[in-house]
Amino acid sequence: MKIRATQAIMECLLEQEVDTVFGYPGGTILNLYDELYNYKDKIRHVLTAHEQGASHAADGYARSTGRVGVCFATSGPGATNLTTGIATAYMDSSPVVFITCNVAEPLLGKDSFQEVDITGIAMPITKAAYLVRDPQTIPDVMRQAFAVAATGRPGPVLIDFLKNVTAPNVEIDYEFIPWIQNRACSSVRALATSHDLKAPEPDAGDIDTLVDMIAQSERPLLICGGGVVRGRADREFRALAERLDAPVAITVMGGGGFPGGHPLTTGMIGMHGSRASNVACDQCDLLIAVGCRFSDRVALQPDTFASQAKIVQIDIDRSEIDKNVLTDHHIIGSAKRVLARLNQRLPQYSHQAWKEQILPLRAPSVPRESEKLTPKQVLEAIRRLAPQDTIVATDVGQHQMWSIQHFHFDYPGQLLTSGGFGTMGFGLGAAIGAKAGNPDKVVVHTTGDGCFRMNCHELATVEHYGLPIITVVFNNGTLGMVRQWQNLIYNKRFSETTLDRGPDFVKLAEAYGLKGFRAATMGEMEEAFRQALEAGRGCVIDCVLDMDEMVRPMVAGGSHITEFLLK
Amino acid sequence: MKRELDSKKKLYTLAILVQDIPGVLSQVARLFSRKGYNIESIVTGATDRPNTARLAISVLADELMIDQIAGQCRKLIPVLAVKILDEDTSIQREFSLIKVQAADRNARDEVIQMANIFRANIIDVSRETLTVCIFGDRSKTQALTDLLAGFGILEIAKTGTLAIERGRSTIYDDNKLKEEYNYGKNVL
Repeated sequence: MKIRATQAIMECLLEQEVDTVFGYPGGTILNLYDELYNYKDKIRHVLTAHEQGASHAADGYARSTGRVGVCFATSGPGATNLTTGIATAYMDSSPVVFITCNVAEPLLGKDSFQEVDITGIAMPITKAAYLVRDPQTIPDVMRQAFAVAATGRPGPVLIDFLKNVTAPNVEIDYEFIPWIQNRACSSVRALATSHDLKAPEPDAGDIDTLVDMIAQSERPLLICGGGVVRGRADREFRALAERLDAPVAITVMGGGGFPGGHPLTTGMIGMHGSRASNVACDQCDLLIAVGCRFSDRVALQPDTFASQAKIVQIDIDRSEIDKNVLTDHHIIGSAKRVLARLNQRLPQYSHQAWKEQILPLRAPSVPRESEKLTPKQVLEAIRRLAPQDTIVATDVGQHQMWSIQHFHFDYPGQLLTSGGFGTMGFGLGAAIGAKAGNPDKVVVHTTGDGCFRMNCHELATVEHYGLPIITVVFNNGTLGMVRQWQNLIYNKRFSETTLDRGPDFVKLAEAYGLKGFRAATMGEMEEAFRQALEAGRGCVIDCVLDMDEMVRPMVAGGSHITEFLLK
Repeated sequence: MKRELDSKKKLYTLAILVQDIPGVLSQVARLFSRKGYNIESIVTGATDRPNTARLAISVLADELMIDQIAGQCRKLIPVLAVKILDEDTSIQREFSLIKVQAADRNARDEVIQMANIFRANIIDVSRETLTVCIFGDRSKTQALTDLLAGFGILEIAKTGTLAIERGRSTIYDDNKLKEEYNYGKNVL
């Protein structure tokens, strides 16, 4: 069947069961948006205020739903505005397909208006970047792009169509093939000759070895990494933890992979990890890390990391093995499948003595009594009033660490945070994406005053689409995390971190047609949050906090994991 | 047990089989630069198979680094197979054109003699220069270059190192490190 090239692009999205895209139109992508007009009943487009917001929204949609997110942008500045979002998705292995259009073939390479080599720019921050010059290849490229984004270790992919490829008079051969049959398509088949398109089957011998190692261990520790979340292996991971009867430390990206309130959890591990997690890591004799790449925020000092332990790494990406920390054993495969196989082989263990050594070190996160509002009081109010399954999107910095320490995340996709790239301004876009993908859940966006100012223009999107997202601003008038470092390491020389300037976030919210609250005490916070939950529309709560609050505990970068700079 | 790793850096040659598509060379080369590895030399050429090119990239690395870079290469979509080759497991050759100053007769004779000893050829003569063409492994080329340096080298044009495995095995039958990983294809 012959159809328009742009129509084929839309049909290919429908093949993948895409019903929501985020984006921003422009000159070169006009043809695509013109076609979208025909498809507006089938594909909902969320127009953001800025391409960066769209990129984070598609990312947040992908993280919270487990499906592939889709984002449109035009050439040149539209495309470069995506790059922070692409890199964010890449560092946290989030499956997003970014679609941009470039100038037409005769103008390519001539420094034409709004021309940029986005496939070249995106190359180091995508799993694949395609430049489409021949319209006949559209279905092949689209199908391969989605396969690449979602398969193995997920991640972002970019497709750049030249404008002439999408011209309305261009017709191509096309046949609708649902995604489940896409493996039969030539481009995906070709890819399958060199790359594994299904999760590799874990090696039985490797599982045997791990079973033996577990049997010999007296002090095992599990690390729940981002792979548990991306692989939706939470049930298998929980079964393993309970069978092993071992403490579980959770990385930032692993939040939601293991219930935060489970009696075996020791909380976060690493730079701002709990004492229980970090001490357990130092004293365990077997460390099983699932979907964790031992980043420098977890393995602060790789040489001494878990120095008494045999380290076992379970990961789908074999190039992660031995990258940051040398391991004693590894299993390649999806967390879900490896853990399922492993669980079948394990008897019920009991590590009572070890648990008694570690678990009492946990100090539950309790807000202190205070007239003036404290960060933990803010979080406590949210925890008490919001439903248990509330999705939390954070920005980056102190409020991020506090949020992850204080909330208990129970399922993959409940916590949306930029862990690898540390993108300030990620949260509001991600919250928009999460709400679009999970209309029945409450979505709370925690942010700092520094982060919020970076992308607060997306409040226009929140208002326009009537998304009842609650933004809670931890407003301490400073770049809190940077100030904390200046406080502790830079001799209190507060160079350019004080944000003694506007805007007034309550007025800002009102200017965008949203409801704004200010809270300076616990009572005000509770009242504001209660009203926000009932408001049924976007709200901003500006929480007035002290600028010298610190995230505790803290281990300085490069230090031994139990060498706490702050208790 | 943790792997016993040789932390001494040595010269490896990665044989990388790729789809012959636009941008593939820059994609592979950029992977090296962004991971912080210096490429000593790079050679690219066609293969016996259609739309398939082969790169040979020499890099100074220790064992851990070379495994890491090979693993990262394998993830690239146009990469079909990667093989880590070193001097023990492979035949390595490079090709050099060396323009030497040889104005007087003595110098000329000596250069020609040396070229003969190294089984190199004189491929161009002018009144003041000789151009020597040598084909061999790195150490042979280096030895001749050092000797010719005494006469005054005006210019060198050389390829990087090409490498092919010794014995029956080829890059086609295996695209992974068998001892270490035995799971099949490249991972996505």
